[in-house]
Amino acid sequence: MNMETILKASGIVKYFMDPEPFRVLNDITFEASKGQFLSIVGKSGCGKSTLLYVLSTMDTDYEGMLEIKGEQLHGWGQNNLARFRNEHLGFVFQFHYLLPEFTALKNVMLPALKLGKYTRDEVASRALEKLRMVGMENYAQKVSARLSGGQQQRVAIARALINDPDIIMCDEPTGNLDKANSQNVFDIFRELSHQNHQTIIAVTHDVDFARGSDYVVEMQDGQILRA
Amino acid sequence: MNWRLALDIALTHLVTKKKQSLVAMLGVMFGISMFIIMISFMTGVNQFLEDLAMDNTPDVHIYNPVQIKNNTIIRKAAAKDTLGRWFLVLHQRPKNDLPKIKNAQWLRDELEKLPQVAGVAPQVSSEVFFNNGPVQIQGEISGIDVRKQEQLFGLDRKMEVGSLEDLLKASDVIVMGRGLADKTSAKVGDRVSVTTPEGYNLILKVVGIFSFGISTLDDTKSYATLATVQKILQRDPSYITDLNIKLKDMNLAKLFAVNLKKNLADMSVEDWQTANQSILAGEKIRNVLTAVVSFTLLLVAGFGIYNIMNMNIINKMKDIAILKATGFQGRDITSIFLFQSLIIGIMGGIMGVLVGYGFSYLLSITPFPEGTVIRINTFPVNFLAVHYLTGLLFGFLTTLFAGFFPSLRASRIDPVRIIRG
Repeated sequence: MNMETILKASGIVKYFMDPEPFRVLNDITFEASKGQFLSIVGKSGCGKSTLLYVLSTMDTDYEGMLEIKGEQLHGWGQNNLARFRNEHLGFVFQFHYLLPEFTALKNVMLPALKLGKYTRDEVASRALEKLRMVGMENYAQKVSARLSGGQQQRVAIARALINDPDIIMCDEPTGNLDKANSQNVFDIFRELSHQNHQTIIAVTHDVDFARGSDYVVEMQDGQILRA
Repeated sequence: MNWRLALDIALTHLVTKKKQSLVAMLGVMFGISMFIIMISFMTGVNQFLEDLAMDNTPDVHIYNPVQIKNNTIIRKAAAKDTLGRWFLVLHQRPKNDLPKIKNAQWLRDELEKLPQVAGVAPQVSSEVFFNNGPVQIQGEISGIDVRKQEQLFGLDRKMEVGSLEDLLKASDVIVMGRGLADKTSAKVGDRVSVTTPEGYNLILKVVGIFSFGISTLDDTKSYATLATVQKILQRDPSYITDLNIKLKDMNLAKLFAVNLKKNLADMSVEDWQTANQSILAGEKIRNVLTAVVSFTLLLVAGFGIYNIMNMNIINKMKDIAILKATGFQGRDITSIFLFQSLIIGIMGGIMGVLVGYGFSYLLSITPFPEGTVIRINTFPVNFLAVHYLTGLLFGFLTTLFAGFFPSLRASRIDPVRIIRG
């Protein structure tokens, strides 16, 4: 396993202002290395999802330092962060959030078409490859609104992978899935981290999921307990 | 690459929500088609009336009206009076001046030399009574220079029966207006007796019937040669009562008339617009009406688009958040929704232009109800490319503005807020 640090956060502090100022993240310092399969656990309301979204670069309302792949990201504008996400990060959410009007293949292709690194045909074949990785290649032309929950989640994972991101961030990826599908998803993540050396950071309630990962970070009241 | 991608996404959105897209397009289509129908019809009416006024009135008309002359000898003396006396003239009667234009021939030659003038046609006119057997109808006979009248004013085009040239083929012949002919029960070949107020009389053969389409003219006017009318009035060939001027640019008529009046103090100089004020009066009002209604229609269509785009975006908030999460920037989102708006606008515009044309065409072949004052066959409708292009442009611009603000709002959506709920 490569011990090169891919993500470094230090001194992250965040407040929720509504209904009254509440410190949800209290001086978080956190590191992830390349190829690491990492889980963040904790009771409801401990701030784990909030932390994930700060690390994802989607939430810019925080104080502290965030470094991914050597880039200092705090203070970057929304558009630049979007571009950075497009190239280096992949996301899997609890609810699948595929674009319902597009086919499974098209959904997977979109982030790559945005990146513009490959031609349209190359993107299409790469997308098909990612779908194959998650066992969904036969559903490529199916409109995503017609897929089942488990199927949609797998397509969402394929989409997260299309640009070969360094880090895949997941918010309760198995939260809406049954045992069999959960196991499926877990196996895929394991393969990605151990064989492709992509980093997985997953927030989860799923005890089995957490137990199977390489490293568990436990949070309570906005702070990391020594894991 | 990004334009293509945004367009791709926009098209997918539009196609999967066909009904909603169609409704939006219908809004634009309605606005633009009504605009085209309105402006085609209104300009058609204006044009028709203007043509009517133009065709049937000379650009500038010089004549000698019966009037009380203000410059009496008494008044001239009064001006020179040094004792401060007042002079009052009561019950002044018009002098027994002939309505002829003094030095008409000379005036005509001088006018034809002017660069703005295309030609001058002389006329001798008189009120007369027409007798066809026991029937006695009041009207007007105008002696004309047939060739000049044809050349400058196209009188030959108004002939319904017979030809204007027939006036030259015999002597003592006349062509009458349709209404006048009907009132005197005269047909081509009949003879009518024409009597002037002075009591002079002549029998004339009807060789033609014309129609201007305006009852005031068709019911009273008739034409013969200059010589014929001079004969009835028992005047010499220099006796001319009207000079009808045709200008090269009729829009200069008013100015020309005003300038001419300065040199012809005793005479009336009337331009065609002043002579037809009643016909042309409505034109400005019609134009304002058209502009206001069109603008309103397009504004309403624009609001429709704005509304639909807003609803669209509210429904798509999750999708926008996902797109942003996966790396799409604010301006990509704006492009996607702006494209949607524009496609709706362009499609709606094209449909509007086609429907507008269709209805305009139908209107143009609809028979106009038989009128008494003005006769026309079908509704006057213009088909001008500039109207259609304007319609398309308006459609495009309306949707551009209507879609812009919602699209901008869409680009500012915070993905975290949406995803985390």
